Amino acid sequence: MPSIRQNTYSDLLPDFRNLGVIARVLVAVNTFALVAAAYAMPTVRAALERFIEDAAFLEPLLFIEVSVLFAVSPLLGRLRYAYGCIAVVVLVVALAVIYQAALSGLQLSPAPLGRAAFFAALAASVLLGYFQLMVKAFSPALAEARLQALQSRIRPHFLFNSLNAVLALIRRDPGRAERTLEDLADLFRSLVSDARRFVRLSDEIALLERYAAIEQLRLGERLRITWELDAAPSDALLPPLVLQPLLENAVYHGIEPATEAGEVLVRIERRGDRILARIENPVLDAGPERAGNRMAFDNIRERLALFFDAEARVETRVDAGRYCVEIEMPYLTQERRAA
Amino acid sequence: MSLRVFIADDEAPARDRLKELLQDIAADVPTEIVGEARHGLETIERLPGSGAQVLLLDIEMPGMRGLEVARHLAGLDSGPAVVFVTAHDKHAVEAFELNALDYLLKPVRAQRLAAALKKAAGARAPSGEQLAAQSAHLSEVREYLSVTERHRIVLVPVRDIVFLRAEQKYVTLRTKGRTHLIEEPLIALEREFARRFVRIHRNCLVARDAIRGFERAAPSNDEPHWLVVLDGIDERLPVSRRQWPMLREIVADRG
Repeated sequence: MPSIRQNTYSDLLPDFRNLGVIARVLVAVNTFALVAAAYAMPTVRAALERFIEDAAFLEPLLFIEVSVLFAVSPLLGRLRYAYGCIAVVVLVVALAVIYQAALSGLQLSPAPLGRAAFFAALAASVLLGYFQLMVKAFSPALAEARLQALQSRIRPHFLFNSLNAVLALIRRDPGRAERTLEDLADLFRSLVSDARRFVRLSDEIALLERYAAIEQLRLGERLRITWELDAAPSDALLPPLVLQPLLENAVYHGIEPATEAGEVLVRIERRGDRILARIENPVLDAGPERAGNRMAFDNIRERLALFFDAEARVETRVDAGRYCVEIEMPYLTQERRAA
Repeated sequence: MSLRVFIADDEAPARDRLKELLQDIAADVPTEIVGEARHGLETIERLPGSGAQVLLLDIEMPGMRGLEVARHLAGLDSGPAVVFVTAHDKHAVEAFELNALDYLLKPVRAQRLAAALKKAAGARAPSGEQLAAQSAHLSEVREYLSVTERHRIVLVPVRDIVFLRAEQKYVTLRTKGRTHLIEEPLIALEREFARRFVRIHRNCLVARDAIRGFERAAPSNDEPHWLVVLDGIDERLPVSRRQWPMLREIVADRG
Protein backbone atom coordinates (compact mmCIF):
# COMPACT_ATOMS: atom_id res chain seq x y z
CA MET A 1 0.00 0.00 0.00
CA PRO A 2 2.64 2.64 0.66
CA SER A 3 3.25 4.75 -2.37
CA ILE A 4 6.81 5.37 -1.27
CA ARG A 5 9.23 2.67 -0.35
CA GLN A 6 12.98 2.67 -0.51
CA ASN A 7 14.60 1.59 -3.79
CA THR A 8 11.45 0.08 -5.21
CA TYR A 9 9.70 3.04 -6.73
CA SER A 10 9.38 1.57 -10.18
CA ASP A 11 7.66 -1.59 -8.95
CA LEU A 12 4.67 -0.42 -7.01
CA LEU A 13 0.96 -0.56 -7.64
CA PRO A 14 -0.88 2.68 -6.95
CA ASP A 15 -2.42 3.00 -3.50
CA PHE A 16 -6.12 2.50 -4.22
CA ARG A 17 -7.00 4.00 -0.85
CA ASN A 18 -5.38 7.27 -1.69
CA LEU A 19 -7.83 10.04 -2.52
CA GLY A 20 -5.56 11.38 -5.25
CA VAL A 21 -5.46 7.99 -6.96
CA ILE A 22 -9.23 7.56 -6.70
CA ALA A 23 -9.86 11.04 -8.04
CA ARG A 24 -7.53 10.45 -10.97
CA VAL A 25 -9.29 7.18 -11.86
CA LEU A 26 -12.71 8.84 -11.81
CA VAL A 27 -11.61 11.84 -13.83
CA ALA A 28 -9.73 9.75 -16.39
CA VAL A 29 -12.55 7.29 -17.08
CA ASN A 30 -15.16 10.02 -17.37
CA THR A 31 -12.96 12.08 -19.64
CA PHE A 32 -12.47 9.02 -21.79
CA ALA A 33 -16.25 8.51 -22.00
CA LEU A 34 -16.78 12.17 -22.86
CA VAL A 35 -14.19 12.07 -25.64
CA ALA A 36 -15.69 8.86 -27.01
CA ALA A 37 -19.16 10.44 -27.02
CA ALA A 38 -17.88 13.57 -28.72
CA TYR A 39 -16.18 11.46 -31.36
CA ALA A 40 -19.25 9.29 -32.02
CA MET A 41 -21.84 12.04 -32.22
CA PRO A 42 -22.16 14.80 -34.83
CA THR A 43 -23.28 17.67 -32.57
CA VAL A 44 -22.27 18.89 -29.15
CA ARG A 45 -25.79 18.47 -27.88
CA ALA A 46 -26.07 14.91 -29.10
CA ALA A 47 -22.63 14.14 -27.68
CA LEU A 48 -23.63 15.47 -24.27
CA GLU A 49 -26.83 13.46 -24.27
CA ARG A 50 -24.87 10.38 -25.24
CA PHE A 51 -22.36 11.06 -22.46
CA ILE A 52 -25.14 11.41 -19.87
CA GLU A 53 -26.65 8.14 -21.08
CA ASP A 54 -23.26 6.43 -20.86
CA ALA A 55 -22.60 7.94 -17.48
CA ALA A 56 -25.77 6.39 -16.10
CA PHE A 57 -24.28 3.06 -17.04
CA LEU A 58 -20.68 3.94 -16.16
CA GLU A 59 -20.87 5.67 -12.75
CA PRO A 60 -22.33 2.77 -10.75
CA LEU A 61 -19.78 0.44 -12.31
CA LEU A 62 -16.95 2.84 -11.53
CA PHE A 63 -18.18 3.15 -7.98
CA ILE A 64 -18.17 -0.62 -7.59
CA GLU A 65 -14.73 -0.96 -9.16
CA VAL A 66 -13.19 1.75 -6.97
CA SER A 67 -14.80 0.35 -3.82
CA VAL A 68 -13.61 -3.19 -4.49
CA LEU A 69 -10.08 -1.97 -5.27
CA PHE A 70 -10.19 0.07 -2.08
CA ALA A 71 -11.16 -3.04 -0.13
CA VAL A 72 -8.55 -5.37 -1.62
CA SER A 73 -5.76 -2.78 -1.85
CA PRO A 74 -3.71 -4.27 1.04
CA LEU A 75 -3.92 -7.74 -0.54
CA LEU A 76 -2.79 -6.39 -3.91
CA GLY A 77 0.08 -4.61 -2.18
CA ARG A 78 1.54 -7.93 -1.12
CA LEU A 79 1.76 -9.27 -4.66
CA ARG A 80 4.72 -8.70 -6.90
CA TYR A 81 4.16 -5.81 -9.24
CA ALA A 82 3.49 -7.86 -12.39
CA TYR A 83 1.05 -10.20 -10.64
CA GLY A 84 -0.53 -7.23 -9.00
CA CYS A 85 -1.19 -5.63 -12.39
CA ILE A 86 -2.68 -8.84 -13.74
CA ALA A 87 -4.86 -9.18 -10.67
CA VAL A 88 -6.11 -5.61 -11.02
CA VAL A 89 -6.97 -6.03 -14.71
CA VAL A 90 -8.67 -9.38 -14.12
CA LEU A 91 -10.63 -7.97 -11.23
CA VAL A 92 -11.73 -4.89 -13.16
CA VAL A 93 -12.78 -6.94 -16.19
CA ALA A 94 -14.62 -9.50 -14.09
CA LEU A 95 -16.55 -6.80 -12.27
CA ALA A 96 -17.44 -5.10 -15.56
CA VAL A 97 -18.68 -8.36 -17.07
CA ILE A 98 -20.74 -9.26 -14.00
CA TYR A 99 -22.21 -5.76 -13.92
CA GLN A 100 -23.01 -5.91 -17.61
CA ALA A 101 -24.53 -9.34 -17.31
CA ALA A 102 -26.65 -8.25 -14.38
CA LEU A 103 -27.97 -5.30 -16.37
CA SER A 104 -28.61 -7.45 -19.49
CA GLY A 105 -30.46 -9.92 -17.33
CA LEU A 106 -32.72 -7.05 -16.42
CA GLN A 107 -33.02 -6.21 -20.13
CA LEU A 108 -31.56 -2.76 -19.66
CA SER A 109 -28.60 -2.72 -21.96
CA PRO A 110 -28.01 -4.29 -25.34
CA ALA A 111 -24.24 -3.98 -25.39
CA PRO A 112 -22.46 -7.33 -25.58
CA LEU A 113 -20.33 -8.60 -22.72
CA GLY A 114 -17.22 -8.68 -24.87
CA ARG A 115 -17.30 -4.96 -25.44
CA ALA A 116 -17.60 -4.21 -21.74
CA ALA A 117 -14.72 -6.56 -20.99
CA PHE A 118 -12.54 -4.99 -23.69
CA PHE A 119 -13.06 -1.42 -22.54
CA ALA A 120 -12.64 -2.34 -18.88
CA ALA A 121 -9.32 -4.04 -19.67
CA LEU A 122 -8.21 -1.10 -21.79
CA ALA A 123 -9.09 1.47 -19.12
CA ALA A 124 -7.42 -0.54 -16.37
CA SER A 125 -4.22 -1.05 -18.37
CA VAL A 126 -3.96 2.55 -19.49
CA LEU A 127 -4.46 3.79 -15.95
CA LEU A 128 -1.93 1.36 -14.51
CA GLY A 129 0.53 2.55 -17.12
CA TYR A 130 -0.21 6.15 -16.22
CA PHE A 131 0.35 5.58 -12.50
CA GLN A 132 3.57 3.77 -13.28
CA LEU A 133 4.76 6.77 -15.32
CA MET A 134 3.82 9.08 -12.47
CA VAL A 135 5.84 7.06 -9.99
CA LYS A 136 8.81 7.14 -12.34
CA ALA A 137 8.45 10.87 -12.83
CA PHE A 138 8.38 11.34 -9.07
CA SER A 139 11.38 9.27 -8.10
CA PRO A 140 13.97 11.82 -9.27
CA ALA A 141 11.78 14.39 -7.56
CA LEU A 142 12.19 12.40 -4.37
CA ALA A 143 15.95 12.44 -4.60
CA GLU A 144 15.73 16.13 -5.33
CA ALA A 145 13.39 16.71 -2.40
CA ARG A 146 15.85 14.94 -0.16
CA LEU A 147 18.64 17.21 -1.26
CA GLN A 148 16.51 20.28 -0.85
CA ALA A 149 15.44 19.11 2.56
CA LEU A 150 19.09 18.98 3.51
CA GLN A 151 19.99 22.32 2.07
CA SER A 152 17.07 24.15 3.50
CA ARG A 153 17.58 22.50 6.87
CA ILE A 154 21.09 23.47 7.83
CA ARG A 155 20.92 27.10 8.78
CA PRO A 156 24.60 28.02 9.20
CA HIS A 157 23.62 30.75 11.61
CA PHE A 158 22.15 28.07 13.90
CA LEU A 159 25.10 25.70 13.58
CA PHE A 160 27.79 28.26 14.38
CA ASN A 161 25.85 29.88 17.20
CA SER A 162 25.19 26.46 18.73
CA LEU A 163 28.85 25.49 18.54
CA ASN A 164 29.71 28.82 20.11
CA ALA A 165 27.26 28.14 22.93
CA VAL A 166 28.80 24.71 23.53
CA LEU A 167 32.27 26.27 23.67
CA ALA A 168 31.00 28.63 26.35
CA LEU A 169 29.76 25.64 28.38
CA ILE A 170 32.77 23.39 28.22
CA ARG A 171 34.58 24.87 31.20
CA ARG A 172 31.72 25.81 33.47
CA ASP A 173 29.28 22.97 32.83
CA PRO A 174 30.97 20.11 30.98
CA GLY A 175 28.01 17.79 31.51
CA ARG A 176 25.61 20.11 29.76
CA ALA A 177 28.16 20.72 27.02
CA GLU A 178 28.29 16.96 26.42
CA ARG A 179 24.51 16.66 26.25
CA THR A 180 24.30 19.60 23.88
CA LEU A 181 26.83 18.06 21.53
CA GLU A 182 24.86 14.81 21.62
CA ASP A 183 21.69 16.71 20.78
CA LEU A 184 23.46 18.44 17.92
CA ALA A 185 24.73 15.09 16.65
CA ASP A 186 21.23 13.61 16.71
CA LEU A 187 19.85 16.61 14.93
CA PHE A 188 22.43 16.39 12.19
CA ARG A 189 22.05 12.63 11.89
CA SER A 190 18.39 13.11 11.10
CA LEU A 191 19.29 15.81 8.60
CA VAL A 192 21.42 13.40 6.63
CA SER A 193 19.07 10.43 7.03
CA ASP A 194 17.00 9.04 4.20
CA ALA A 195 14.33 11.62 3.51
CA ARG A 196 12.19 9.08 1.66
CA ARG A 197 11.42 6.95 4.70
CA PHE A 198 8.57 7.38 7.08
CA VAL A 199 9.56 8.09 10.69
CA ARG A 200 7.59 7.52 13.88
CA LEU A 201 5.99 10.54 15.44
CA SER A 202 7.69 9.71 18.77
CA ASP A 203 11.09 10.00 17.05
CA GLU A 204 10.15 13.26 15.41
CA ILE A 205 9.00 14.61 18.78
CA ALA A 206 12.30 13.52 20.37
CA LEU A 207 14.05 15.47 17.65
CA LEU A 208 11.92 18.53 18.38
CA GLU A 209 12.93 18.30 22.04
CA ARG A 210 16.63 18.01 21.23
CA TYR A 211 16.41 20.98 18.93
CA ALA A 212 14.49 22.93 21.58
CA ALA A 213 17.15 22.12 24.20
CA ILE A 214 19.84 23.67 22.00
CA GLU A 215 17.79 26.79 21.32
CA GLN A 216 16.97 27.06 25.00
CA LEU A 217 20.66 27.08 25.80
CA ARG A 218 21.33 29.89 23.32
CA LEU A 219 18.28 32.00 24.05
CA GLY A 220 17.69 31.25 27.73
CA GLU A 221 14.55 32.77 29.20
CA ARG A 222 13.76 34.61 25.98
CA LEU A 223 12.36 31.34 24.64
CA ARG A 224 9.37 29.69 26.31
CA ILE A 225 7.98 26.59 24.65
CA THR A 226 4.62 25.14 25.59
CA TRP A 227 4.29 21.49 24.63
CA GLU A 228 0.84 19.97 24.14
CA LEU A 229 1.63 16.43 23.17
CA ASP A 230 -0.64 14.31 25.37
CA ALA A 231 -2.93 13.46 22.48
CA ALA A 232 -0.09 12.73 20.06
CA PRO A 233 -0.06 9.06 19.03
CA SER A 234 3.57 7.98 19.19
CA ASP A 235 3.06 5.23 16.59
CA ALA A 236 1.91 7.59 13.82
CA LEU A 237 4.11 7.65 10.74
CA LEU A 238 5.10 10.80 8.93
CA PRO A 239 7.77 12.03 6.55
CA PRO A 240 10.99 13.00 8.35
CA LEU A 241 11.79 16.59 9.29
CA VAL A 242 8.32 17.97 8.75
CA LEU A 243 7.88 19.43 12.21
CA GLN A 244 11.40 20.44 13.23
CA PRO A 245 11.82 23.02 10.45
CA LEU A 246 8.55 24.60 11.54
CA LEU A 247 9.74 24.90 15.12
CA GLU A 248 13.01 26.33 13.86
CA ASN A 249 11.08 28.87 11.81
CA ALA A 250 8.95 29.78 14.81
CA VAL A 251 12.07 30.51 16.87
CA TYR A 252 13.89 32.26 14.04
CA HIS A 253 11.02 34.58 13.14
CA GLY A 254 9.10 34.86 16.39
CA ILE A 255 11.70 34.82 19.18
CA GLU A 256 15.20 35.68 17.99
CA PRO A 257 14.37 39.11 16.53
CA ALA A 258 12.52 40.15 19.72
CA THR A 259 14.09 41.87 22.68
CA GLU A 260 11.40 40.52 25.00
CA ALA A 261 10.64 36.91 25.87
CA GLY A 262 8.09 35.09 23.72
CA GLU A 263 6.11 31.89 23.73
CA VAL A 264 6.08 29.16 21.12
CA LEU A 265 3.33 26.56 21.17
CA VAL A 266 3.74 23.02 19.86
CA ARG A 267 0.55 20.98 19.79
CA ILE A 268 0.23 17.58 18.15
CA GLU A 269 -2.94 15.55 18.40
CA ARG A 270 -4.94 12.81 16.77
CA ARG A 271 -8.48 13.52 15.66
CA GLY A 272 -10.13 10.40 14.35
CA ASP A 273 -7.95 9.14 11.55
CA ARG A 274 -6.16 12.45 11.10
CA ILE A 275 -3.06 13.86 12.74
CA LEU A 276 -3.07 17.58 13.46
CA ALA A 277 0.08 19.48 14.27
CA ARG A 278 0.04 23.14 15.16
CA ILE A 279 2.98 25.43 15.82
CA GLU A 280 2.47 29.02 16.90
CA ASN A 281 4.80 31.93 17.49
CA PRO A 282 4.37 35.63 18.23
CA VAL A 283 4.15 37.98 15.26
CA LEU A 284 6.76 40.73 15.51
CA ASP A 285 5.92 43.95 13.77
CA ALA A 286 9.14 45.85 14.27
CA GLY A 287 12.34 45.22 12.40
CA PRO A 288 13.25 44.10 8.95
CA GLU A 289 11.78 40.81 7.83
CA ARG A 290 14.00 37.77 8.00
CA ALA A 291 14.14 35.85 4.77
CA GLY A 292 13.90 32.14 4.19
CA ASN A 293 10.37 31.31 5.26
CA ARG A 294 8.92 30.40 1.91
CA MET A 295 11.50 27.80 1.04
CA ALA A 296 10.96 25.74 4.18
CA PHE A 297 7.20 25.72 3.63
CA ASP A 298 7.40 24.81 -0.02
CA ASN A 299 9.75 22.01 0.84
CA ILE A 300 7.48 20.61 3.56
CA ARG A 301 4.38 20.95 1.40
CA GLU A 302 6.11 19.17 -1.45
CA ARG A 303 7.30 16.30 0.69
CA LEU A 304 3.89 15.86 2.31
CA ALA A 305 2.39 15.71 -1.17
CA LEU A 306 4.92 13.09 -2.22
CA PHE A 307 4.08 10.96 0.80
CA PHE A 308 0.33 11.51 1.13
CA ASP A 309 -0.73 13.01 -2.22
CA ALA A 310 -3.88 15.08 -1.73
CA GLU A 311 -4.54 13.82 1.79
CA ALA A 312 -2.26 16.20 3.66
CA ARG A 313 -2.46 19.95 3.92
CA VAL A 314 -0.34 22.77 5.31
CA GLU A 315 -1.91 26.06 6.29
CA THR A 316 -0.50 29.24 7.72
CA ARG A 317 -2.39 32.15 9.17
CA VAL A 318 -2.11 35.04 11.56
CA ASP A 319 -4.50 34.84 14.46
CA ALA A 320 -4.65 37.43 17.27
CA GLY A 321 -1.01 38.41 17.01
CA ARG A 322 0.12 34.82 16.70
CA TYR A 323 1.51 33.21 13.57
CA CYS A 324 0.13 29.68 13.23
CA VAL A 325 1.19 26.83 11.01
CA GLU A 326 -1.10 23.83 10.84
CA ILE A 327 -0.38 20.51 9.27
CA GLU A 328 -3.02 17.89 8.81
CA MET A 329 -2.21 14.40 7.56
CA PRO A 330 -3.67 10.91 7.66
CA TYR A 331 -3.08 8.84 10.79
CA LEU A 332 -0.88 6.15 9.37
CA THR A 333 0.83 3.47 11.44
CA GLN A 334 3.10 0.51 10.78
CA GLU A 335 0.15 -1.84 11.42
CA ARG A 336 -2.16 0.06 9.10
CA ARG A 337 0.48 0.05 6.41
CA ALA A 338 0.88 -3.72 6.71
CA ALA A 339 -2.85 -4.37 6.95
CA MET B 1 46.78 50.18 31.09
CA SER B 2 44.06 47.80 30.26
CA LEU B 3 41.78 48.25 27.32
CA ARG B 4 38.16 49.07 28.13
CA VAL B 5 35.88 46.66 26.28
CA PHE B 6 32.10 46.62 25.85
CA ILE B 7 30.34 43.41 24.76
CA ALA B 8 27.05 43.45 22.84
CA ASP B 9 25.47 40.10 22.00
CA ASP B 10 21.94 38.81 22.48
CA GLU B 11 23.00 35.28 23.49
CA ALA B 12 24.23 34.87 27.04
CA PRO B 13 26.56 31.95 26.18
CA ALA B 14 28.17 34.04 23.45
CA ARG B 15 28.90 36.85 25.92
CA ASP B 16 30.25 34.33 28.42
CA ARG B 17 32.51 32.87 25.79
CA LEU B 18 33.95 36.27 24.88
CA LYS B 19 34.61 37.05 28.55
CA GLU B 20 36.36 33.73 28.96
CA LEU B 21 38.55 34.41 25.95
CA LEU B 22 39.37 37.90 27.21
CA GLN B 23 40.63 36.33 30.43
CA ASP B 24 42.66 33.79 28.48
CA ILE B 25 44.49 36.48 26.54
CA ALA B 26 44.81 38.90 29.48
CA ALA B 27 48.59 38.38 29.67
CA ASP B 28 48.95 39.42 26.05
CA VAL B 29 46.20 42.05 25.88
CA PRO B 30 45.02 43.24 29.30
CA THR B 31 41.35 44.23 29.17
CA GLU B 32 38.62 45.39 31.46
CA ILE B 33 34.94 44.83 30.68
CA VAL B 34 33.09 48.09 31.17
CA GLY B 35 29.68 47.06 29.98
CA GLU B 36 27.44 44.52 28.32
CA ALA B 37 24.23 44.74 26.34
CA ARG B 38 21.72 42.13 25.31
CA HIS B 39 20.37 43.87 22.25
CA GLY B 40 20.88 46.79 19.94
CA LEU B 41 18.83 49.42 21.74
CA GLU B 42 20.45 48.53 25.03
CA THR B 43 23.86 49.06 23.44
CA ILE B 44 22.88 52.54 22.30
CA GLU B 45 21.65 53.30 25.80
CA ARG B 46 24.56 51.92 27.81
CA LEU B 47 27.65 52.37 25.71
CA PRO B 48 27.99 56.18 25.66
CA GLY B 49 28.46 56.43 29.44
CA SER B 50 30.69 53.38 29.74
CA GLY B 51 33.93 54.89 28.54
CA ALA B 52 34.50 51.85 26.32
CA GLN B 53 37.43 52.02 23.90
CA VAL B 54 36.48 48.92 21.97
CA LEU B 55 33.04 47.52 21.21
CA LEU B 56 32.66 43.83 20.37
CA LEU B 57 29.41 44.00 18.44
CA ASP B 58 27.29 41.08 17.28
CA ILE B 59 25.66 41.93 13.97
CA GLU B 60 22.57 39.72 14.30
CA MET B 61 20.84 41.23 17.29
CA PRO B 62 17.20 41.91 18.10
CA GLY B 63 16.09 45.45 18.82
CA MET B 64 18.51 46.89 16.35
CA ARG B 65 21.02 45.16 14.13
CA GLY B 66 24.71 45.65 14.88
CA LEU B 67 25.50 47.66 11.82
CA GLU B 68 22.84 50.24 12.58
CA VAL B 69 24.05 50.41 16.19
CA ALA B 70 27.54 51.26 14.91
CA ARG B 71 26.14 53.97 12.65
CA HIS B 72 24.43 55.73 15.54
CA LEU B 73 27.52 55.41 17.73
CA ALA B 74 29.62 57.00 14.99
CA GLY B 75 28.06 60.31 16.00
CA LEU B 76 29.75 60.24 19.42
CA ASP B 77 32.77 62.49 19.94
CA SER B 78 34.95 59.73 21.32
CA GLY B 79 33.16 56.67 20.03
CA PRO B 80 34.72 53.24 20.49
CA ALA B 81 36.59 51.29 17.85
CA VAL B 82 34.21 48.58 16.66
CA VAL B 83 34.95 44.91 16.04
CA PHE B 84 31.95 43.22 14.45
CA VAL B 85 31.20 39.64 15.41
CA THR B 86 29.11 37.37 13.22
CA ALA B 87 28.20 33.69 13.20
CA HIS B 88 27.79 33.50 9.50
CA ASP B 89 27.03 36.07 6.93
CA LYS B 90 28.87 35.77 3.68
CA HIS B 91 27.63 39.07 2.29
CA ALA B 92 28.49 40.98 5.44
CA VAL B 93 31.99 39.49 5.53
CA GLU B 94 32.69 40.42 1.92
CA ALA B 95 31.48 43.94 2.61
CA PHE B 96 33.53 44.22 5.83
CA GLU B 97 36.66 43.56 3.82
CA LEU B 98 35.63 46.04 1.20
CA ASN B 99 34.92 48.82 3.68
CA ALA B 100 37.95 48.09 5.86
CA LEU B 101 35.87 47.24 8.92
CA ASP B 102 37.22 44.74 11.41
CA TYR B 103 35.27 41.59 12.14
CA LEU B 104 35.49 38.23 13.90
CA LEU B 105 33.73 34.99 13.07
CA LYS B 106 31.92 32.94 15.70
CA PRO B 107 33.12 30.74 17.27
CA VAL B 108 35.87 33.27 17.95
CA ARG B 109 39.48 32.12 18.37
CA ALA B 110 41.58 33.59 21.17
CA GLN B 111 44.41 34.52 18.80
CA ARG B 112 42.13 36.32 16.40
CA LEU B 113 40.48 38.16 19.25
CA ALA B 114 43.87 39.29 20.60
CA ALA B 115 44.92 40.51 17.18
CA ALA B 116 41.66 42.38 16.65
CA LEU B 117 41.92 44.07 20.07
CA LYS B 118 45.53 45.14 19.50
CA LYS B 119 44.55 46.65 16.21
CA ALA B 120 41.48 48.30 17.69
CA ALA B 121 43.47 49.76 20.60
CA GLY B 122 45.20 52.15 18.23
CA ALA B 123 42.28 52.64 15.90
CA ARG B 124 39.59 55.29 15.77
CA ALA B 125 35.89 54.62 15.60
CA PRO B 126 34.76 53.58 12.14
CA SER B 127 33.58 56.56 10.14
CA GLY B 128 29.95 57.22 9.32
CA GLU B 129 30.86 56.99 5.64
CA GLN B 130 32.46 53.56 6.00
CA LEU B 131 29.42 52.28 7.88
CA ALA B 132 26.98 53.90 5.47
CA ALA B 133 28.78 52.20 2.59
CA GLN B 134 28.53 48.89 4.45
CA SER B 135 24.79 49.37 4.96
CA ALA B 136 24.28 50.30 1.33
CA HIS B 137 26.26 47.22 0.31
CA LEU B 138 23.93 44.99 2.32
CA SER B 139 20.81 47.02 1.40
CA GLU B 140 20.21 47.54 5.09
CA VAL B 141 18.02 50.50 5.87
CA ARG B 142 18.10 52.09 9.32
CA GLU B 143 15.01 52.06 11.49
CA TYR B 144 16.07 55.18 13.36
CA LEU B 145 17.87 58.43 12.74
CA SER B 146 19.90 59.70 15.65
CA VAL B 147 20.79 62.98 17.26
CA THR B 148 23.78 62.99 19.57
CA GLU B 149 23.37 65.13 22.67
CA ARG B 150 26.62 65.24 24.65
CA HIS B 151 26.86 61.70 26.03
CA ARG B 152 23.49 60.53 24.91
CA ILE B 153 22.11 59.33 21.64
CA VAL B 154 18.50 60.26 20.92
CA LEU B 155 16.83 57.92 18.47
CA VAL B 156 13.99 59.04 16.24
CA PRO B 157 12.06 56.19 14.58
CA VAL B 158 12.12 56.71 10.82
CA ARG B 159 8.44 55.78 10.62
CA ASP B 160 7.56 58.77 12.83
CA ILE B 161 9.24 61.28 10.55
CA VAL B 162 6.87 63.48 8.56
CA PHE B 163 9.43 65.45 6.58
CA LEU B 164 13.13 66.16 6.21
CA ARG B 165 14.20 69.60 5.02
CA ALA B 166 17.68 70.79 4.17
CA GLU B 167 18.53 74.11 5.77
CA GLN B 168 22.02 75.47 5.23
CA LYS B 169 24.33 73.25 7.24
CA TYR B 170 21.73 70.91 8.74
CA VAL B 171 18.72 68.87 7.86
CA THR B 172 15.59 69.55 9.89
CA LEU B 173 13.79 66.42 10.87
CA ARG B 174 10.14 66.87 11.74
CA THR B 175 7.91 64.38 13.55
CA LYS B 176 4.36 65.12 14.66
CA GLY B 177 5.56 66.30 18.02
CA ARG B 178 9.15 67.48 17.63
CA THR B 179 11.84 68.97 15.48
CA HIS B 180 15.48 67.84 15.44
CA LEU B 181 18.55 68.86 13.54
CA ILE B 182 20.74 66.19 12.00
CA GLU B 183 23.97 66.37 10.07
CA GLU B 184 23.42 64.11 7.11
CA PRO B 185 23.20 65.11 3.48
CA LEU B 186 19.62 65.08 2.19
CA ILE B 187 20.69 63.26 -0.95
CA ALA B 188 22.03 60.31 1.08
CA LEU B 189 18.83 60.17 3.12
CA GLU B 190 16.79 60.24 -0.06
CA ARG B 191 18.75 57.30 -1.42
CA GLU B 192 18.58 55.21 1.75
CA PHE B 193 14.88 55.78 2.40
CA ALA B 194 13.61 55.96 -1.16
CA ARG B 195 10.71 53.68 -0.34
CA ARG B 196 9.50 55.81 2.51
CA PHE B 197 10.10 59.41 1.42
CA VAL B 198 9.46 61.32 -1.74
CA ARG B 199 11.13 64.56 -2.83
CA ILE B 200 8.67 67.44 -3.14
CA HIS B 201 11.18 70.18 -3.59
CA ARG B 202 14.90 70.68 -4.12
CA ASN B 203 15.38 70.89 -0.37
CA CYS B 204 12.64 68.69 1.04
CA LEU B 205 11.58 65.04 1.43
CA VAL B 206 8.19 64.06 2.86
CA ALA B 207 6.89 60.68 4.06
CA ARG B 208 4.68 59.20 1.38
CA ASP B 209 2.25 57.91 4.03
CA ALA B 210 1.89 61.35 5.56
CA ILE B 211 0.64 63.09 2.42
CA ARG B 212 -3.03 64.01 2.91
CA GLY B 213 -3.51 66.05 -0.19
CA PHE B 214 -2.59 69.27 -1.99
CA GLU B 215 -3.72 72.85 -1.72
CA ARG B 216 -3.44 75.49 -4.36
CA ALA B 217 -1.70 78.64 -3.26
CA ALA B 218 -2.05 81.82 -5.31
CA PRO B 219 0.20 84.61 -4.13
CA SER B 220 -0.86 87.87 -5.75
CA ASN B 221 2.38 88.69 -7.53
CA ASP B 222 3.56 85.19 -8.28
CA GLU B 223 2.53 82.20 -10.35
CA PRO B 224 0.14 79.88 -8.50
CA HIS B 225 1.74 76.73 -7.09
CA TRP B 226 0.83 73.72 -4.96
CA LEU B 227 1.31 73.08 -1.28
CA VAL B 228 1.35 69.64 0.27
CA VAL B 229 -0.98 69.02 3.24
CA LEU B 230 0.55 66.62 5.75
CA ASP B 231 -0.87 64.36 8.38
CA GLY B 232 -0.57 65.61 11.94
CA ILE B 233 1.17 68.94 11.32
CA ASP B 234 -0.20 72.30 10.29
CA GLU B 235 2.71 73.47 8.25
CA ARG B 236 2.16 73.39 4.44
CA LEU B 237 5.19 72.74 2.29
CA PRO B 238 5.63 74.04 -1.23
CA VAL B 239 5.86 71.56 -4.09
CA SER B 240 8.25 72.45 -6.88
CA ARG B 241 6.89 72.59 -10.39
CA ARG B 242 9.31 69.93 -11.42
CA GLN B 243 8.13 67.40 -8.81
CA TRP B 244 4.42 68.14 -9.20
CA PRO B 245 3.48 65.68 -11.98
CA MET B 246 5.19 62.79 -10.18
CA LEU B 247 3.55 63.61 -6.85
CA ARG B 248 0.14 63.90 -8.43
CA GLU B 249 0.59 60.40 -9.78
CA ILE B 250 1.61 58.95 -6.43
CA VAL B 251 -1.52 60.32 -4.83
CA ALA B 252 -3.69 59.26 -7.78
CA ASP B 253 -2.29 55.69 -7.61
CA ARG B 254 -3.25 55.53 -4.00
CA GLY B 255 -6.84 56.30 -5.01
